[in-house]
Parts: sequence; structure tokens; C-alpha cells
Amino acid sequence: MSVTAPSEQEVSVGSTADRIVNDFAIQIATVNGSGSQTANLVLLRSIFQMGVPVSGKNMFPSNIAGLPTWYTVRASSKGYIARKKEVDFLVAMNAETAKEDVMTLSPGAAVVYDEPLKLKELRTDLTFYPVPFDKLIAPVTTDAKLRRLVRNMIYDGVLSRLLSIDMAQMEKALRKQMGKKEKAIALNMNALKAGFDYADANLPKRDPYVVEPMEGKTNGMILIEGNSAAAIGCMMAGVTFVGWYPITPSSSLCESLIDYLKKYRKDPETGKATYAVIQAEDEIAALGMVIGAGWMGARAMTSTAGPGMSLMAEFTGLGYYAEVPAVIFDIQRAGPSTGLPTRTGQQDILSTAVLSHGDTKHPMLLPASVDECYTMAQEAFDLAERLQTPVFVMSDLDLGMNTWMSKPFEYPTKGFDRGKRLDAEKLKLVGEFARYRDVDGDGIPYRTVPGDGMPPFFTRGSGHNEKALYSERADDYTNNLDRLSKKFDTARSLVPKAEVDMAGKGGIGIIAYGTSHWALIETRDQLKAEQKLETSYFRLRGYPFNKELFDFIDDHERVYVVDQNRDGQMWQLIKLECSPQQIVKLRSIRHYYGLPIDGRSLTIELLKQEGR
Amino acid sequence: MAGKVNIIGLESTAYRGAKTTLCAGCGHNAITERIIDSFFELGVQPDQVIKLSGIGCSSKSPAYFLNQSHGFNSVHGRMPSLATGAVVANRKMIAIGISGDGDTGAIGIGQFVHLMRRNLPIVYVIEDNGCYGLTKGQFSPTADLGSTLKTGVINDLPPIDTCALAVELGASFVARSFSGDPKQLKAILKAAISHRGTSMIDVLSPCVTFNDHEGSTKSYAYVKDHDEPLSDVGFVPYFEDINVEYDPGTTTQVTLHNGSKIVLTKMAEDYAPTDRAKALQMMHETARRGEYATGVLYIEPDKQNFLDLLGIVDEPLALLDQSKVRPGKQALDQIMESFA
Repeated sequence: MSVTAPSEQEVSVGSTADRIVNDFAIQIATVNGSGSQTANLVLLRSIFQMGVPVSGKNMFPSNIAGLPTWYTVRASSKGYIARKKEVDFLVAMNAETAKEDVMTLSPGAAVVYDEPLKLKELRTDLTFYPVPFDKLIAPVTTDAKLRRLVRNMIYDGVLSRLLSIDMAQMEKALRKQMGKKEKAIALNMNALKAGFDYADANLPKRDPYVVEPMEGKTNGMILIEGNSAAAIGCMMAGVTFVGWYPITPSSSLCESLIDYLKKYRKDPETGKATYAVIQAEDEIAALGMVIGAGWMGARAMTSTAGPGMSLMAEFTGLGYYAEVPAVIFDIQRAGPSTGLPTRTGQQDILSTAVLSHGDTKHPMLLPASVDECYTMAQEAFDLAERLQTPVFVMSDLDLGMNTWMSKPFEYPTKGFDRGKRLDAEKLKLVGEFARYRDVDGDGIPYRTVPGDGMPPFFTRGSGHNEKALYSERADDYTNNLDRLSKKFDTARSLVPKAEVDMAGKGGIGIIAYGTSHWALIETRDQLKAEQKLETSYFRLRGYPFNKELFDFIDDHERVYVVDQNRDGQMWQLIKLECSPQQIVKLRSIRHYYGLPIDGRSLTIELLKQEGR
Repeated sequence: MAGKVNIIGLESTAYRGAKTTLCAGCGHNAITERIIDSFFELGVQPDQVIKLSGIGCSSKSPAYFLNQSHGFNSVHGRMPSLATGAVVANRKMIAIGISGDGDTGAIGIGQFVHLMRRNLPIVYVIEDNGCYGLTKGQFSPTADLGSTLKTGVINDLPPIDTCALAVELGASFVARSFSGDPKQLKAILKAAISHRGTSMIDVLSPCVTFNDHEGSTKSYAYVKDHDEPLSDVGFVPYFEDINVEYDPGTTTQVTLHNGSKIVLTKMAEDYAPTDRAKALQMMHETARRGEYATGVLYIEPDKQNFLDLLGIVDEPLALLDQSKVRPGKQALDQIMESFA
């Protein structure tokens, strides 16, 4: 979109020529712990209910109360749901950041602010709407604690008036948010109305931003976070064992999983649980439990983030070498070390591909959407059992914790793939059980589990031969490692296939994965509309790579690999398997300041590298 | 030649494992023999047992017993977490975990602590020789203050008493024994296998290569001289009638969950294995005298175990069919509606 810079005087209320309809970003700057989440979600949901595609992104501190937090609601008639680089409408509630927030706005933006902050004097190229929040909240309730909690609803009321967001939709969204708490709803409604009435009486519309009802874009859609989506996927995949340790931004995955399991996974006859969830003492133990349960034949998973991945390295190596299924979600955040625990990134790609010491390599699934969090959760369990190895689902904070619009998830049509489990019939066929023998030529051996009545074996992380006996022989060791490599090659055709959109051979190709996808859609549109530049797009959805990826590189003159990390980790991982001719075609675009990637920044960087 | 068979008709050879690769005379081998005897005499189905271990000399030993059971020799100090997942995934199995004093007391102390807290049903054996055998004899955290290595190095840090720790943390069966006392060790092992909770057994097991010399407090000679049995431990499995050869005035009887009984014939005064505070006091006092109190130190036979606490179904979680673990379409529809 283009934002011309209308001065305060030039914009007349309701003049259709200057109106910017359903295409802007609202940023709300508050203090963490001030109860702004309800107001923000009501705002997001009410616009969504009016039929306008939305996305909500929370930028919060690693803190429970007192530090600045920003929430961005984007409305986009075109359906763009990546972060928008520019903020068009600011709600400044935080004294600490207000000045800087205002100074970084583009000309033409509008600002609703808490009157005592006196922001109006800072700039002349913005539209300011001062609102006396304390004065407005006083008549709503006398209880000081409640005042603090519902105070933020006032800006929703103000925005409702200024942006033409239907108050009935605000009320509906509030009811959705609050459930049956009638007293709380009434209180919030009063605050909402106080804001609306104040704006109606005192704030004539002087900015171009308007929400108008739309049809056909949000009907039947849902709003959901990736972590909830993944949790639903795990439940549908029949997870029976969860071992986890709290860590931002992954905790909400296991926490929502616990809620769903409690509700939907009780044995109908006995009322007992058909699952176990254990909060472990650390991430080492969390994965240890998962490996133990997976070895027994349970569908077992854990969820973590960067620091937890480091701790899980040891057990990951055991899972790889002893060939035990496990599903591990990595909700990536900005590292290294503690890094920025509440900011997003794709920083664990290289380290996860080869997590643990010795020669190891692991399948990774790369979800871009909440729907893929749901479906890939299910695929991960099938793959882990099929391949008898730890499988990683590489989500990120942006996907996991932010609110995304999606089609409702479809009920799975496929049954579980429990992989190569030996039974009496198969045993007769193979004659003799050898745990690590490549019977079928795909590198995947047959396995038995305790209690299944089949022959037992001794599992170990030390050197072993195909009969699972301790061995230090060179040929046993090499044969085993080579078979594991063959198994990894088998995985190439089993991990989720890429989504490819070819603009034609010979031009520019772009490879991206995960949440970068949403920015990429916008970037490609921008390149096409503004530069007449058509690009091909290869959305990577799984690792190990397969031939398609290398064909894509061959088919283009230059290929950009988009990473949300400093070192271009996927770009490097791809190069490891490229020919010299392919390597010289690859270019790297990196985004790594902790905020979700946006289309405009990508466009700028790509054009810079193109020399345009 | 047919040997003696047990109650389920198996010979003791059915409980044996691969040939040991530990040093000749290693205390761990004697413990392995008692484990074989115990499972044989109790008539446990070998395929109903899982054997788990960490890393070290001790952790090699699960390969040397119960060949017909699944085993998992995992990573250093992490057997407790592996065992937790395994036991929860299939509650029908009997789990025996073998660890060492380094595997438990040093690298694995964190996981050990939490295993004891959870009271997971498992027999947890520490083969305790006070040193790292597999890396050639460094001190472990159970080495006594002032004890010396073969090289003359003196241990200047106090030992961790794994039994006192286990009692403090919530293990419901805690015992100490000596690899050179087959009668007591076997009775304790059999009771431990019959108990449905965490059975923690610290077995003093001299390292003949690195820690069986004058100056070592984990040598055969030292332990033999300083072993202070609290009682004679007798064990009566549930399938045998209890006989009356014990004098009621001098015995304590503890009935285990499956109906088996431990019969302790008193030696020490005021010894009450069901009193946690007294058990701890007794352990501290014997330790102060430089002695090892052996026998069943503490037992709480009816303590709720971790599986009951979790409220899981009786059928093993690992073996649940798809129809039991994938909710119907209605459930998904309901969830989707909540996000609409």
C-alpha cells in the first residue's frame, strides 16, 4: 500500500478519495501486565468478524509485569497476514516508550494517546487524538484494581468510533473472549462505550483509515495460535506420552495439549487417562522420558526452544543411533544462549539438522502456517515411527504464539503409520530377527517392543552389530553408519514435499520456509507490481532435501534463500549438498532482529542484491 | 540334564544373560548372580521385565542377566528419565535399573532425585564401589572422606549417602546391602521386586582393580568389618505360606502390595523400618561411626506410586489402539468452533 502524507487539514471526514480502507496496521503500546491482552484480542476479532482478513502479533518482553509491550493488528483486504513494516495507527499508552514510538512513525500516521503524555507537540505530520483515559475510567468503576484492568477497553471504544469498527462486533468479540462472566462483560462494555462516546463527542475524524465490512474472506475462518494448532495435531495423532519442561515460547504448546487431553482423551468406561503428561526436571529428562516411552512403543513427544534443544542434544544422539522414535517441537526464538526469549527467529536450523555429537542427521518438518502446525504434528508421529528416529518440527515464536487466520482444520483421513513393527507373520517371513538388519533395502530395520511377545533385543548407544550385540568391529560400525545414511536417503521422499510456484525457467528463484512464507507472498506481489519482476518460489517444507530442490536451483539463474537468522543457516545447509555450479547461483537474504519478517524489507533487500 | 524349575516351570538358565566382561572378582558380578536368583525364585516371566542402565561398569551389567528381557543401556546418568518414560508407557512391565555411584551420585544426581520424588515403580540398584572403574579409578561422590586411591590420592570431600537421600526424597523402599552377603542381598532384591513403588538399593560392591586396598572404605575387608546388619532379612513370596519359625517378639513383618512379606529379625534396638525420621537418624549415626547399616532401612508399602498418581488406564499406553487415542470428528468440530 502507499501512504501519502496528508496534513491534518487536508483530510476531510468521509471523503472517499483519501480513505484507506481495510489496509493498515494498528500498533498498541502498553506496559506488560496491564491487562491489554483482552482489549487487543477484542480489537483483532471485531475487525475479523467484519469480514476483513487480520493478523495479530504480540511483541512482548521477557517479564511478567512492568516492561513495554507492543501488539500489532493488521487489517488487509488482500489477505496479507505477515507483519507490516510500517505502523499506520498508534495507540500510545506507555509513558516510557511513547516518544520513541511516535518519532518512528511514518508521516501521515495517526496516534491515539493518553492525554497526560502530551505527544501532540512532537510532530506536525501526524494526526493526534488525545484521550483522557483516567478521567473516562473514573465513572466506570470505583474499584482501583478493576479500573486498571478495564482501562484499556477505552481505546477499543475510541478506535471503534475513529475506524468505524462496528460496536456490535466489539461486544460480540468481548463476549467470545470473556465467556460467561457477565459482570466482567458489563464492566468492559461500559469502558468500551465510554471510549466510543468520548471519541464521538470530541475527536472529529482527521485520518484516512477506515474499516469497512467485507464478504468472502473470513467467512468460516478461525483465529488460532500455532502452538494450539500443534497441540490439536498431537492429540489427533494419538500421542500417549508427553514429557516437557517449561520454556518460552513453547510452553503454551504442552499447556494447551494438557487441556485438550483432559477433555477429549479419557477412557469412556473408566474415566482414566489414555495419555500421560509429565513435567520433567529439565529438558534432558524431558527427552529422556520421551525416548524411554518411544522405545516401549508409545507415541511420545516433547516441545522446547533453543536452550532446551542444546540440552536435548545428548538424547537426540542416542535416539538416532539406537533408532528410537520421538517427536520434538522446537518453537524457535532468538539466541544464542538466553538471547531474546520472547522474540522470534529461525536460528536452530543448522544445529538441529546435525544435533548431537558424532555423525548424526535428523529429519525436520518446516511448518509455515497454523494449519501445517496441525497437519505436520500428525506427519511427525508417523515419520518418527516409520523412520525409527527423532523427528523435529521447526516452528517459531511468531507462528507458535501469535494469532493467525486459518481455514478450520480437517479431520484426518489417514490412519496411523506405526512403521515396521515385527509380528508373527513377518517374523516367519524374515526367518530370524536381527534388530538392525536392512531387510527391505531402505535402511529401515524391523523393531520389537517390550511386552509385544516378539523376540527381545538389547538396545544400546554403544557400537552394535545388526543383531544389536555389542561390537567394536570396524565392519559392524561402518555398515551400521552406512545403513543409517541410507535410511536418511529414504527419508528424502517421506518428508513433506515443497510447494513450488514456477514463473518460468531461467529467472529468479526464491527458496523460503516457515513463517517467511507470508512475507514472501507480499514480496513477490510487490516485485511484480512495482518492478515487473516475476519470481519463482520454492517453499521448503521438509529436510532432508530431495531432487526437486536441486532441480529448482538448476532451473534458475539466481536463487535467493530466505532465512530468519544471521548466518543464512538454510542457505548453508543447502550448499552442503550442492554442486559447485549450483552453489554460485545461491544468494542469501537474512532477517534477524527478533521481529517477524515483513514483505517490504525482503523486497528492499532482494532488489539491493539485484543491483536495482 | 534337567535342572530345578521355578513356579512357572523355567530353569534358572532362562534368567541368565551374556558372559560378563567385568573384572574377575568384581562385586558387580555377584550382584548380577543375585538378580538372576531373585527373578528365578520369584518365578517372574522374563519377557515381563525391562532392564535399564546408564553408563559405567555397573551399567554394563544388564547385559549379563535376563537375556529374554528387553534391555536399554542408555546415556550417563540419565537412566531415571528413560525409565520414567518406559514404565509409564507400559505399566505392566517390571523395571530394574542398574546404576553406579558416579552414574547416580555425580552426573545423574538430578535425575535420581526426581525419580525418588515420583515413587515410580522400579527396582533401582546402585552398584556402589566409590570410584569410576571404566575410566580407571577416579573418586566418585560416594567415596568416604579420607579414603585413599591406589595412587595415594586422598578423598577430601564428604560422601553422598544415597540411601538417606532416597528416604528424604520419598522413595518407598530403601535398602543397603553388600555384594559379599548373598543371603541378605537376595532377600532384599526379592522384596524390592515385589514392591510397587521405587525400591532403591545401594549395594556396596568393591572394585577389585581400583578400590580394594588398605585405605579404601569400599574394599571387601573394610565393608566386611564395618557392615552393621540391622536385622536378618527374610522374604516370603505371596505364593508361599508364611511359616512360623520367626519368634514374634523379635520380628517385624511388612506385607507388600502383592501379598509378599518381608520378615525382619531384630538386631539393632529401636529399629522401625516404617518410621522415616528414625530411619534417617539411624543412618546418620551408623555413618558417624564409620559403619554401614545394611538391611531394609525404610519401607512404606502402601505409598501411592507414580502410575496411580497419573490416573492412567490399566492397559499399557504404548499398546493402545488408534480407536482409543484419536478423538472423533465431533471433538475436532467442537474445538474448531471455539476458535471461530
